[in-house]
Amino acid sequence: VQFVFRFVVGGLIVSVFAALGDVLKPKSFAGLFGAAPSVALATLGLTIVANGKLYAAQEAHSMIVGAAALFFYCRVTIWLIMNHNSRAASAAMLAIPVWLACAIGAWLLILR
Amino acid sequence: MTVRVDFSALAKARWHEYAVRFLFGGAITVITGLLAKEYGPIFGGLFLAFPAIFPASATLVERHEREKKERAGIANTIRGRQAAAVDARGAAMGSLALMVFAFAVFKLEPIWNSGLTLFLAFAAWLAASILLWICRPHLRFKPR
Repeated sequence: VQFVFRFVVGGLIVSVFAALGDVLKPKSFAGLFGAAPSVALATLGLTIVANGKLYAAQEAHSMIVGAAALFFYCRVTIWLIMNHNSRAASAAMLAIPVWLACAIGAWLLILR
Repeated sequence: MTVRVDFSALAKARWHEYAVRFLFGGAITVITGLLAKEYGPIFGGLFLAFPAIFPASATLVERHEREKKERAGIANTIRGRQAAAVDARGAAMGSLALMVFAFAVFKLEPIWNSGLTLFLAFAAWLAASILLWICRPHLRFKPR
């Protein structure tokens, strides 16, 4: 039941932020909402209730590293689109291993 | 450049695009919870910044721009890709602001009211995002 609730809350919050990104102009401003703390707001709220404040603070600590990985992910996506004529969907998917490598690499080197 | 709201953009999206966003967002939230449960909050926390919104949004931006040009009789344009790159540039600025959000929660959550902490952290994300966006002509991460 907890996971169904998480699924619905996460889906709704991500959808709301994505819709905000759709209606805002210009595109460079709307793009900010592509990195909105949607999953974080959904997860942290539920985590605080289920596991407590310190557990949520620990998650937020490593989220700093995840956000840095997201920056590199966006840079690689831009590079693929502009320098390799990739479609947005393929570039966004091809760059996911970059996010995983940066985030997990930093976890192994710094956080673990 | 002024920021404006255009609600007609909501009607341009297809229902399955909204469904994909909902399913993807829900799935990532569940996966983050499962990873934290299995490997601890330090590992699970990384996934709070997983690119959950950007892939679907960039795809949508590209398609809308391409279709707009096709309706105007301009085929094979690179405009759609350029629009997606501009969207990604915005997301790159947003991701720097996301570090501010995470830092605020990390520092404030143990000592403050949780609701207030999340609200202030979100306000900090919004403020940092807008500040970066205003300063973007002076920043060097433009799409090339």
